[in-house]
Amino acid sequence: MAVVFKETKGLTDAKTHYCPGCTHGIVHRLVGEVLEELGVLGETIGVAPVGCSVLAYKYFNCDVHQAAHGRAPAVATGIKRVHPDKVVFTYQGDGDLASIGAAEIVHAAARGEKFTTIFINNAIYGMTGGQMAPTTLVGQKATTAPLGRDPKKVGMPMRMSEMLATLDGAKFVERATVHNPAGVRKTKAAIKKAFEMQINGEGFGIVEVLSTCPTNWGMTPVDSLKWLEENMIPYYPLGNIRTPEGGDK
Amino acid sequence: MSKVLMKGNEAVGAAAIKAGCKYFFGYPITPQNEIPEYMSKKLPEVGGEFVQAESEVAAINMVYGAAGSGARVMTSSSSPGMALKQEGISYLAGAELPAVIVNMMRGGPGLGGIQPAQSDYFMSVKGGGNGDYFMPVYAPASIQETVDLIQEAFDVADQYRTPVMVVADGMIGQMMEPVEFKEMPHRKLEDKTWSTDGTKEERKPNVINSLFLDAQDLEDHIIRLEEKYNLMEENECRWEEYKLEGAEIVIAAYGTTARIVKNAIDALEKDGIKVGLIRPITLWPFPKKAFDHIDSTTTNVLTVEMSRGQMIEDVRLALNGKLPTAFFGRTGGVIPTPAGVVEAVKKLVGGAK
Repeated sequence: MAVVFKETKGLTDAKTHYCPGCTHGIVHRLVGEVLEELGVLGETIGVAPVGCSVLAYKYFNCDVHQAAHGRAPAVATGIKRVHPDKVVFTYQGDGDLASIGAAEIVHAAARGEKFTTIFINNAIYGMTGGQMAPTTLVGQKATTAPLGRDPKKVGMPMRMSEMLATLDGAKFVERATVHNPAGVRKTKAAIKKAFEMQINGEGFGIVEVLSTCPTNWGMTPVDSLKWLEENMIPYYPLGNIRTPEGGDK
Repeated sequence: MSKVLMKGNEAVGAAAIKAGCKYFFGYPITPQNEIPEYMSKKLPEVGGEFVQAESEVAAINMVYGAAGSGARVMTSSSSPGMALKQEGISYLAGAELPAVIVNMMRGGPGLGGIQPAQSDYFMSVKGGGNGDYFMPVYAPASIQETVDLIQEAFDVADQYRTPVMVVADGMIGQMMEPVEFKEMPHRKLEDKTWSTDGTKEERKPNVINSLFLDAQDLEDHIIRLEEKYNLMEENECRWEEYKLEGAEIVIAAYGTTARIVKNAIDALEKDGIKVGLIRPITLWPFPKKAFDHIDSTTTNVLTVEMSRGQMIEDVRLALNGKLPTAFFGRTGGVIPTPAGVVEAVKKLVGGAK
C-alpha cells in the first residue's frame, strides 16, 4: 500500500508541550519537512526563542541554540558567520521578534544575514499568559489590555513583514497562514523558498505565519481559526511582499 | 621575537588573533574603540569575521552564537556597554560557552565619564548578570601582561567552557608600551564535540542551552557549575607579591593602581617605611591564599583602588579579621598619585603607632 503520510525526519520523537489547537505544531512540522526534503537536516543549525516555542530545541532534529529573549537573530548571525556553509534559521514568536528583539531582527535583515526566520504571529504573548503584543489587534483583549487594545494609548499593531521588506538586505519576505489546508500548503512553499534562497546565498528571508492561540484568546480551536481568518488576515494581508526576482510590491 | 611599541587596545586585538580568535562582535564605546577598529582591519586578513553589532546586547549574543558554534570569539566594551552585555554573559555561563570579554573600564555610575576607573569590580566578579555564576576575571597591570593574559584567557575559557573577562582601564587601553608577542605553551584542550556544526545525520543533535524548567534539574546544573568554579578557585588563582617580606603595611591593589602603588612603595622605602604589595591578577577567583603570606611584621592592610572601595570587601574576607583594613582610593576618573598613596600609608603608620 502506498504511504501517503508519514513522520518527518525533521522532528524528534519528543511530545510537544503546546496547548490544544495551537498551530505551532503545524509550523514545526512544515519546517521539519522542508529541511528533510531539501536534504539539509544534517547541515542545519536552528535557534529557538523565548516564548511558547522556547522548547523548540527539543523538537527539531538538528543542532539548535536556545537564545535569550529577542536575541535569536544576533545568535544566528554569530552561528552563520562561523558556519557560512550551514543552513541557519531562527524560529520566533511575536513578543520575541516584534517587541524585545525588534532591533536584532531589523539589523540582521539590514545586514542581509544569510539565514531564515520563521516568525509566528498569534497577536498575543502566549507563554507569559496572554499579555498584549506589538501585533495585538485594535480592540483585542489581553491581560494587559483588559478593555482591548486602544491605539490612542499604545499605537497600532506592527506589520513586521512590511517593515522588514523596506530593507534591501531582506531578500524574501512572505506572510502566510496555517488556519486552513490551502494556507498550510502555501506556508510550506514559502518556507521552502526562503530556505532555498538561503542555500543559494541570496540573503535574509522571513516567513511570517499567522497562527492561533486558543488558550489566551479564550476560544475553542475551531473558533480561533475562524477569528484568525476574519480578524487577522484583513489587517495582516497574506502573500509575498518581497522576492529577489523583482517581486517587490 | 623583538618588542614592538603598541597602544594597549591594539595589543589586545593582536594578542587575541595570535591566540586563535577569528571572530569579534562589538559596539563602539570610549575608551576601547581601537579594539574593534583593529579587529575590523585584521580579522579578514586571517580568514575571520568582524561584525559591528547594533548594540552591546546584540554583540554579546553574536558571541554566544559563534562560541556555541565552536569558534574562538571575543568582544570588548567599556563600563556602560559592559552593563548591557551582562545578559549575554549570564547566558554564556549558563550554557557553558567559552568566550573572552574585555572591559576597558571608565567611571560610573550611569554614563559617568571616559577617564580610567576600576568601579566595575563588583559587576565583574560578583555576577553582573542573573543567576548563580562566576567567571575568571583577569586584571593586567601593563600592556605586556595584557597580551600574555589574553592567550591565557582563551585557553582557560576553552578548558572550563566558561566566559572569561579581562578588565583593564582607559589608562592601559590608551597608553603605548613596548610589547613582545611571546610563544606561550597552550593548555591541553579537548575537541569541542559539544558545539553545533550540523549533525550530518551521524550523531544526535547538539543543543546549546541554559534553560532548565525542572527545579531539580536546574539545581543539579548549578551545583555542577559550582564544582567547576571550585576547581578554578583551586587551580587558577594568580597574584604578584612585591616587597612583602618584613612589611609594616601591606597594600592590596590591582591593574593600573598597582603600578602607582609600586612607585609609592619605593618612595616610602627611602623614608624607611617598609610597605609590601599583593596584586591580584585574577580578581575572580580571588587569590585569598596570598593574604596568608603576610608577615607577622604587618600591622595594617590598605586597599588602594580607582573606586570608592569594592575589592576591599574581598580583601576583608580573605583576612577574616586578622588585620585592620583601611581604604584609599580616587574615583570618577581621577587617578591616584604615588604622593596620595604615600600620604595614606603615613597616616596609617601614624595611627598604628
